[in-house]
Amino acid sequence: MRSFAWLRPPVFILALLGAWQLAVSLHPHQLLPGPWKTAQGIADLVPHGLIVKYTVASVFRVTWGFFLAVLVAVPLGLAIGWYRRAEMALNPILQILRPISPLAWIPIAILWFGVGDLAAVFLIFVGCFLPLLLTVINAVQSVPAVYIHAGRNFGLGPAALMRRILYPAIVPRLMTGLRITLGIAWLVVVAAEMIAVNSGLGFLIVDARNAGNRYDLVVAGMVIIGVVGLLLDNGIRSLERANALRWGFEEKH
Amino acid sequence: MNERIGVSQWERWLCPVLATAMLLALWRYAVLWTGTRVFPSPREVERGLAQLVHEGVLWRDILDSLRRVAIGYFAALGLGIPLGLLLGWYPSLNQVVNPVVQILRPISPIAWIPVAILFFGVGDDAAIFLVFLGAFFPTVVTCVDSVANVPLIYRRAGSNFGLTPPQLLARVVFPAALPQILVGLRIALGIGWLVVVAGEMIAVNSGLGFLIIDSRNSGKRYDLVVGAMLLIGVIGLILDVLFRRLEAIKPVRWGFRNES
Amino acid sequence: MSAPAQATAADAPIPASRVKLRTENVGMSFQREGKTLPVLENIDLEVRDGEFVCLLGPSGCGKSTLLNAMAGFLKPTSGDIRVDGEIVRGPDPRRIFVFQERGVFPWLTVEGNIGFGLSRLSRSERVQRVHHYIQMVGLEGFEKSYPHELSGGMKQRVEVARALAVNPDVMFLDEPFGALDSITRMIMRGELLRIWQAERKTILFVTHDIDEAVQLADRVVVMSARPGRIQEIVSIDISHPRDISSPRYLQMRDGILGQIGLAHRL
Repeated sequence: MRSFAWLRPPVFILALLGAWQLAVSLHPHQLLPGPWKTAQGIADLVPHGLIVKYTVASVFRVTWGFFLAVLVAVPLGLAIGWYRRAEMALNPILQILRPISPLAWIPIAILWFGVGDLAAVFLIFVGCFLPLLLTVINAVQSVPAVYIHAGRNFGLGPAALMRRILYPAIVPRLMTGLRITLGIAWLVVVAAEMIAVNSGLGFLIVDARNAGNRYDLVVAGMVIIGVVGLLLDNGIRSLERANALRWGFEEKH
Repeated sequence: MNERIGVSQWERWLCPVLATAMLLALWRYAVLWTGTRVFPSPREVERGLAQLVHEGVLWRDILDSLRRVAIGYFAALGLGIPLGLLLGWYPSLNQVVNPVVQILRPISPIAWIPVAILFFGVGDDAAIFLVFLGAFFPTVVTCVDSVANVPLIYRRAGSNFGLTPPQLLARVVFPAALPQILVGLRIALGIGWLVVVAGEMIAVNSGLGFLIIDSRNSGKRYDLVVGAMLLIGVIGLILDVLFRRLEAIKPVRWGFRNES
Repeated sequence: MSAPAQATAADAPIPASRVKLRTENVGMSFQREGKTLPVLENIDLEVRDGEFVCLLGPSGCGKSTLLNAMAGFLKPTSGDIRVDGEIVRGPDPRRIFVFQERGVFPWLTVEGNIGFGLSRLSRSERVQRVHHYIQMVGLEGFEKSYPHELSGGMKQRVEVARALAVNPDVMFLDEPFGALDSITRMIMRGELLRIWQAERKTILFVTHDIDEAVQLADRVVVMSARPGRIQEIVSIDISHPRDISSPRYLQMRDGILGQIGLAHRL
């Protein structure tokens, strides 16, 4: 049965869906929908164009927040990772900020930006900035000293060293960090939308429940969130692989 | 990175102290210069927290949050570690189950809140369930990866000595994978701490997360908001440091030789 | 320390008593990216009980692959490998493989490692055995140390002791001293010979170092590369301890150098 091995995951998923449907059918009076009702819920949303609209809104916010974080965190991380004193000085502060959930920033976000897109983007920025910064710092510190010595040996100054040796050397770890941070961004956007904005997939979930206990839409929203998150993740993974081939790196994830 | 610059002992504590002092000063003066009436200065945060301590309320919130994390986290470990080890040991099984894990993983635990409230109602159990979700997937994934990363040499040596597969798993693969598993568990704990705070902001009526939302809603007490945030950061850091202690005991310290 | 108790008995060559291990027309090929790569061809070898045999060849000649197959970790693509007449089907505690110090379990102490295969013994027996082998490899005082606290040579001793503790019939050593500095290597060779003469196990030893092979082995199997074939089997009939400046030794060494096709002068 070797040749049918690829069938096994879908069969397993179908089995799970079947179990879910069974569990729901056995309790007809509670609110949680089965897979069939969820699919119908998704179908319901399509003519309104809401799925596309909300997905675009969520992805849009993630993109902005993520890229802003990358723009600030990467150069900053390079600098802090390079200068030992800077890392020593800032490390305690960073370690204290790290466990603070981005959502804890919501009151401040609303205070500074009001309820809306900007607040959501800010929350995503906050959620991405610190992990990315720490990843870059760690990657810089992991660059083998021999590369730096070789660079110095050939007479490169600090700026050239960073550009021509440091940056290429950290790319594999950076790609992994970017992928993980994007995943975090996706988690944050959904949560942020549930609290602080009026559109997007997170909002869909909260709204569907509040405006009529439409749990079929709630679960439909969750499914879409999972699928889009998975697509984003796979997208970056293929980018990582392409990069790894170019550099000839073999990184184990 | 600049190794030629030696770093003396006193610089090791002077640098962070200076940096933190500068940051606090910056904060204080930013508040003064912008003349904001809402955003608190460091002094105000301190006073706000002291007030809470005085009223005996703060301690209860901290314990509530910690309690929820503990229950949810250990439940996640209890289910996630055996499952992860099993999936790592039988790659064919993992191939089947993995797609499901990959689809469920990007769904933020927060998105599960309506479902959680449906099952558990508003309260402790919902928050614990969220912590469980947040810690479960990273735990499983870490265990699967770490089993796969055990060098072939150890497995061969183990089977050379006549170990059966269950013995191999228990006496060779698990100890060999333990350092990596511990790292993953530490990260999962961090995630649990993040999630409990977020969950408390929505689904419960006590705890540090609730403190943040409540302080803002009932009186715009931003000094308490910021105070609670700092407290969350400090406690999270303490949890992390304690866990790292665990990584230093001798039977696993070998796995961390290369950690900076 | 290195002079064996029965000087005369060790002088005489080992009687052709029993064939311990035999490979019959063994071949190995691997599939890589759709192509079939032949790694070993026509390996016919007989190893006698208690013999010390070296597999010698350059990198890539398949000697490690052959050793792994003999130990049962790999299945030959063609041909048979038999130990005591039975076909080898998998790894077995009677045939212990010694890796290059990386096989030592880092989460166990020296004691724990050496006692690893002894779980079926009673506690007192195990303690006694472990102690015996710790002494034999010269690691007294380090019983409770962890491998990451030891040097490369010490880790290698732990691995050898671990292998010996289960009293195997055959030991496979895959370039065990490769990661050590040359001084430690020479010391370890002496230790290995001492242990071999005391315990008289059948040893198969892979190396790419000609001197090592001539110093240690009863017979040297010279292999050629790509695909790996047995080029020549040379008997080293010098008795132990071998003088590495004696004419006979140098003659044997030159012979093998010539076999491999290497010049005398660089």
